[in-house]
Amino acid sequence: MLIGSGLITVLVLTLAGLAIWRGPRPSDERRWTIWWGLGFSMSVLAVLLAFALRAGERIIARDDGTLQVEAEAQQWRWRFVQPGPDGPVQTEGVLYVPAGQPFDIVLTSRDVIHSFWVPQLGGKMDAIPGHRNVHRLMADAPGTHEGLCAEFCGIGHAAMRFEVVVYDPADPPPFVSAESLP
Amino acid sequence: MTEDPHAIAPNPPQRALPLHRQMDRIWSDLPGWRGSVASVNHGTIGLRFMATSFLFFSIGGVLAMLIRAQLATRDGAFLDTQLYNQIFTMHGSIMMFLFAIPMLEGLAMWLLPKILGARDMAFPRLGALGYWCYLFGGIIILSSLLFGVAPDGGWFMYVPLSGKTYTPGISADVWLLGVTFVEISAMAAAVEIIVTILRLRAAGMALTRMPLMGWYMLGTAAMMLVGFPPLILGSILLELERAFDWPFFDVLRGGDPMLWQHLFWLFGHPEVYIIFLPAAGVLSTIIPVFARTRILGYGAIVAAIVGLVFLSFGLWVHHMFTVGIPHMALAFFSAASALVAVPTSVQIFAWIGTMWAGRVDLRLPMLHVIGFFATFVMGGLTGVMLAMVPFNWQAHDTHFVVAHLHYVLVGGFVFPMLAGITYWMPMISGRFRVRALGEAAFWLIFLGFHGTFFIMHLTGLLGMPRRVDRYPDNPEWEWLNLVSSIGGMVMSVGFALFVLDIAMQWLFGRRSHRNPWKAQTMDWAMALPAPSYNFASLAGAGRHDASVTLPLARGEGLLPGAPRDRREVLVTEPGTGRPDHVAVLPGNTRLPIWTAAAIGSFFLLMLAGLYWATPLAILLILWAAWQWGGFMGSRRDAEPLAVAPGLALHEHWQMRNTLAYSGTVTLLVADATLYASLLFGVAFLTVIAPNWPPPDSGLGWPVLLTGAAALLMMGLGLVASLLAEAQRAAPPGRLAALAGVAAAGLALLLLAGVAWQFDDPTRHARDALRAALLGYAGFHGVVTLMLALRSLADVRQGRTSAMRRGAAPVWQLFQAFWLGTSALSLGVVALQEIG
Ligand SMILES: [Cu+2]
Repeated sequence: MLIGSGLITVLVLTLAGLAIWRGPRPSDERRWTIWWGLGFSMSVLAVLLAFALRAGERIIARDDGTLQVEAEAQQWRWRFVQPGPDGPVQTEGVLYVPAGQPFDIVLTSRDVIHSFWVPQLGGKMDAIPGHRNVHRLMADAPGTHEGLCAEFCGIGHAAMRFEVVVYDPADPPPFVSAESLP
Repeated sequence: MTEDPHAIAPNPPQRALPLHRQMDRIWSDLPGWRGSVASVNHGTIGLRFMATSFLFFSIGGVLAMLIRAQLATRDGAFLDTQLYNQIFTMHGSIMMFLFAIPMLEGLAMWLLPKILGARDMAFPRLGALGYWCYLFGGIIILSSLLFGVAPDGGWFMYVPLSGKTYTPGISADVWLLGVTFVEISAMAAAVEIIVTILRLRAAGMALTRMPLMGWYMLGTAAMMLVGFPPLILGSILLELERAFDWPFFDVLRGGDPMLWQHLFWLFGHPEVYIIFLPAAGVLSTIIPVFARTRILGYGAIVAAIVGLVFLSFGLWVHHMFTVGIPHMALAFFSAASALVAVPTSVQIFAWIGTMWAGRVDLRLPMLHVIGFFATFVMGGLTGVMLAMVPFNWQAHDTHFVVAHLHYVLVGGFVFPMLAGITYWMPMISGRFRVRALGEAAFWLIFLGFHGTFFIMHLTGLLGMPRRVDRYPDNPEWEWLNLVSSIGGMVMSVGFALFVLDIAMQWLFGRRSHRNPWKAQTMDWAMALPAPSYNFASLAGAGRHDASVTLPLARGEGLLPGAPRDRREVLVTEPGTGRPDHVAVLPGNTRLPIWTAAAIGSFFLLMLAGLYWATPLAILLILWAAWQWGGFMGSRRDAEPLAVAPGLALHEHWQMRNTLAYSGTVTLLVADATLYASLLFGVAFLTVIAPNWPPPDSGLGWPVLLTGAAALLMMGLGLVASLLAEAQRAAPPGRLAALAGVAAAGLALLLLAGVAWQFDDPTRHARDALRAALLGYAGFHGVVTLMLALRSLADVRQGRTSAMRRGAAPVWQLFQAFWLGTSALSLGVVALQEIG
């Protein structure tokens, strides 16, 4: 998409440059406004939109028994709840998720609006007081990722960070489990 | 002009210089600073708007430099977090509300009458009032920075962070009250611009043939008219919550923070196009001049403008993709957001086609046009990328978005405005510019801008979120930020040079001859610098271009000179431009500044928390408003005025469809939008917010009956207002006006009775919304009562006759509006009680 945008930018600027640097030439109104203005832009947009909607379809959360973890935001810390062998396990500032399988994160807030974002895992979703937002994510391989609050939330906003520990589902840390609780 | 059957014969030529003196005496500002606060002339007010906004632009720029200095290194110790938050909030708020909007209002006020062939804007006093509200509101906002109580919640003020719990001091109130105060000027400008374009165009200038600038400004003003009310309503509701604990946004009591986001972005997205359209208007005006040809695709551009106006209201949700909205809605708004790029691309290709057809002369304004192309096209494309939901989730709230919005706003607004300023400067100063300085300024701004923001796309893609003041754990972001900071410094030097260039032109420039760019439009059909009255006589049917300069200056056009020692303008029909009547505009007066001061006292008392004293300020405002009506009437029936040989027209006091009437209709469109936003709030909270249904009200029939009785009184008032006009020349007219005053007073008393029965508005959002609906009805009751009183005064003081109607037509409009909205509100309450 970056490349496409770059190409279109270069194309439009080249046309503008040509129009400026060379002397008067016959210029047809319909060609510019209808073919270029309408036709060209609409076709580029249609292609883009089709791609985006398809990609969007795959990452929308659905109610299909996927592993669910919870995140509760508060100025300026994150509390996570994930399933464990003996019931839900609460952690502060660290979220444990299995690698290679999608999980849904349920977002709530105790005070102001925050936003859950782990750049390496994909998009972000707001945590809004009075609402429960569900967001589907997936981590490919075990490892540790940095997460942060992406909606300005007051003086401690910049420091409102957390960690996501992605574990191998075959070998989970002793206190969590990759199975949804019944 | 013999081939034109509608041609208006020319007036006999006069000597230009005496005519100029006669006109200038009537139209110019009073001398001295005490006189200058009484100015209402559109030229003066427009320039003041632009100069003041440029001052705020430099202040906003200094704040931006402080931000860049802080971010240049990863643990910048330059500002503490508190101050940093204030600074980025103020940077955004100043650039949006105190620079961009006032700048375009100033341009419209200064330019529109000239380019449309008129002598002034439709409501000169309203323009001046807007300016003072803007200046005073801007000073309030700015001084909060000096006292260390500046808003610090981000320029979009999301609740609950900006609510009383999390922002206890007055900083959020500064934003809410200050911005609302400033927005009075935006509403005033929107009304003024629309009425001016529709009714003050040169005689015979059909709507379909007016300069494109007229279409652009018409689109802009229409969007302002409908875009600002949601923001104003949101600010009022949030201020009510902060001041009186009415829980519109508190989830525990049936409110919802999402309501703020909807109201804010209902305004915030059109806002982007409100800023872009006037800039595009400048481009469509300038490009053909320097390409030495005509604009290509007039019809397509007009269609694109209309398309943009409608589309821009369909995509506010795209700022809220991360808040968790339904899947289908996401797809819809994603498509709409992408679609809005189409009208923009039609315009861009029309401009390229225009340059293609002509031989482009690379003068200084044209350099800024190139700056626009290079910057804006990229900003638009990153915008399309952001419209795609999966990518948006990735880039939202990072520096990528910061880069995108600066490409769009600087590319789409600042560069065209710089082009416009350099283009119209000879008309403002009457001088040519000094060589080379302007070019140097352009290159510094251009290179500095791209140095700052191109690299910021990358910073954002590497994951740097916006609004952080330190990033000690991310050394990989450091060199990028340093490059951005250096670019920012270069850009600042460029802007300083630009200002220096303007100053040098004023002081040392050679005197310019007429129409130095050989432009076609009528703004250049006058001597330089532009005279206070623009045109000594007004262009007639047929020729509306720069070639009419001399005949107009010699008084051969319509309505020559100022023989009756008044500011007279020609009012035309909206579509065809056929001359309709002669309006007499008010001259210099201090009423606008006093009114703005009265309104300001209200805002200051609210800010200080002295709520008990606000009724005094309201009385002051009402007193000032009463004075405004004093001008709107005449005690005598006048003969039609000779406008041209064979063409005599009435004065506006003897017409029904006056400028004031058109203005009232326009204002009521904005008012209706505000009311619709309030109803949207009721529906939204009822359906979406948690903690509904509310506790039982136990109101039932008594309150509905009281409300119905109030409606009956409003209906009687409407009948009275119709009778007052129909019987204006006979004794029953006086009786009807008196009955109207009584009916309005009784209706207000009954509304107070409703208020008495309502539940405590702090209990639940439903009760707060009911109180807001009631307050809305009460406010309109007071306005209607004032108009009924004004009509009564008209009758008693002999300002009505068979020909003169006084204030009755405007009273009818407000009376009907009051009745209609109150009936809807009562219906809402009844539904809640029964259903
Ligand atoms: Cu946060």
